[in-house]
Amino acid sequence: MNVAHLKHVHPAPMHVAAEGPAAISVCNLTVAYNRHPAVHHLTGQFREGSLTALCGPNGGGKSSLLKAIVGLAPIASGHVDFAADRKRAIAYLPQVVEVDRGFPLKVLDVADLGHWRRAGAFGRLTAAHRKQSLAALAAVGLQGLEQRPIEALSVGQFQRLLFARLIVEDAPIILLDEPFNAIDQRTTEDLLRLVVGWSVEGRTVVAAIHDLDMARRAFPEALLIAREPIAWGAARDVLDDAHLARARALAEGWLENAPVCEVPA
Amino acid sequence: MALHDLLIAPFSEFAFMRRALIACIAISLSAGPIGSFLVLRRMSLMGDAMSHAVLPGVALGFLFFGLDLWSMALGGLVASLAVALLAGVVSRVTPLKEDTSLAGFYLISIASGVLIISLHGSNVDLMHILFGSLLGVDDRSLLLVAGAATLTLFAFAVIYRPLVVECFDPGFLRVAAGGRSGSAIGGPGAVAHLVFLVLVVVNLVAGMQALGTLMSVGLLLLPAAAARLWAGSVGGLMLTTSGIAMAASLLGLVLSYHVNAPSGPAIVLVAGFFYIASLAFGQRGGLVRRYLPRRHLAH
Repeated sequence: MNVAHLKHVHPAPMHVAAEGPAAISVCNLTVAYNRHPAVHHLTGQFREGSLTALCGPNGGGKSSLLKAIVGLAPIASGHVDFAADRKRAIAYLPQVVEVDRGFPLKVLDVADLGHWRRAGAFGRLTAAHRKQSLAALAAVGLQGLEQRPIEALSVGQFQRLLFARLIVEDAPIILLDEPFNAIDQRTTEDLLRLVVGWSVEGRTVVAAIHDLDMARRAFPEALLIAREPIAWGAARDVLDDAHLARARALAEGWLENAPVCEVPA
Repeated sequence: MALHDLLIAPFSEFAFMRRALIACIAISLSAGPIGSFLVLRRMSLMGDAMSHAVLPGVALGFLFFGLDLWSMALGGLVASLAVALLAGVVSRVTPLKEDTSLAGFYLISIASGVLIISLHGSNVDLMHILFGSLLGVDDRSLLLVAGAATLTLFAFAVIYRPLVVECFDPGFLRVAAGGRSGSAIGGPGAVAHLVFLVLVVVNLVAGMQALGTLMSVGLLLLPAAAARLWAGSVGGLMLTTSGIAMAASLLGLVLSYHVNAPSGPAIVLVAGFFYIASLAFGQRGGLVRRYLPRRHLAH
């Protein structure tokens, strides 16, 4: 059914994530664009309540993996499974948010969007909903700016606002694609504290990040991919020199004319 | 007294002026939401192209049934929707971008429309269809316009929220409302967009008698473009747009009456005047504010 995707390197031996019930199970997943795999034969699990740093070089498939999980990228082979009733309950922050930042909305309106799953297109926003939105804005440090037009926000403030919307969404699974890009240190620290807090509350959090020091410091688990999966497990073990060297080597060897991959789908 | 002669007398003396005014006010009510979202969705050009595409449909209705309102309206509706959807399809399956395919289709539309009408009617008919005629607004076209405005306002109450989110952050709606169907098609955002397109066409066609097929988009679009330079919220934008559209309708009809010109261009010219004035004096991004800024604040 699927056209065989192009092979590049044989899959690495699989590193199994830590034990516990899985929130997201990825089974032999390949995501391909024009038959070139961006994620190649990835198998493993994000446990319930785990906090995972998704690391790897640019073009290594981090965004593609997150998009495949939320259903925005086509899956060439394999599948993604969720714990019961969780598939509609993912909050996702894309790397490039295609937001019209000149749109005449107020800060509070955007936070209110987080209620979409419960309120939908027609449902009423109750006083309780409003209270949650205001609390979320306070949690990200935007109290007092509720009535500001969004075009007046700085890049960092806008990222705080998107985090407030994530809080309001109140989802058990939260996927973040490079949430700390172009954000100053103080905002990064504030937002990172929120991310760690979500994990403490029992939510499953996956964040694609480039800052390896931050990954080792704040994230218990890590997944390192460079199109091929390289390692998945405790962050300290995953992000060691040997694995990172292998990721670099893989990233240097990406070719245009690869043969067809023969690994069974 | 002079002001009475200028502004009130045409309407108090002539029933056709009153009918034209009511028709234009109905379109102005629609213009609030329709024009605002054409501007917010960056679809101004799309609206323009769709208004051109009304013409061949109207022309075919005219060809087969003469100057019959309903057949011309239905023809215009079908032709304009077809062009809007075709342009979307072409931009998806070919390397051409949507603006190019829109331009292509509306050139074809207007050329074929003008050709059909001028082969089978008089130049007067053509002028009336293209640019509107004060005398053309009969009871049936009043019903059409009022019906279109009513439909528009009620339909907007339904699609308003998904449409706002679809404009502001389409990706959010795909994930929050789509589950993992994996497709970007479908979902409340796409439905809202489609309903919106239909409403645009309905209003373009409804404005045909009072404003003409080429000019009716002007009363939808120009007031919204002007209002964007004043209003800071979506609701405010819609109200300001309707207000400007009504003022332009009134003044445009008076102008049309006194200089004996087609009503469509007169109304659109007045709306254009409001637009240019707003470009200069608008509180949000107007040129005066930009080049003569007030002193900056202390913090």
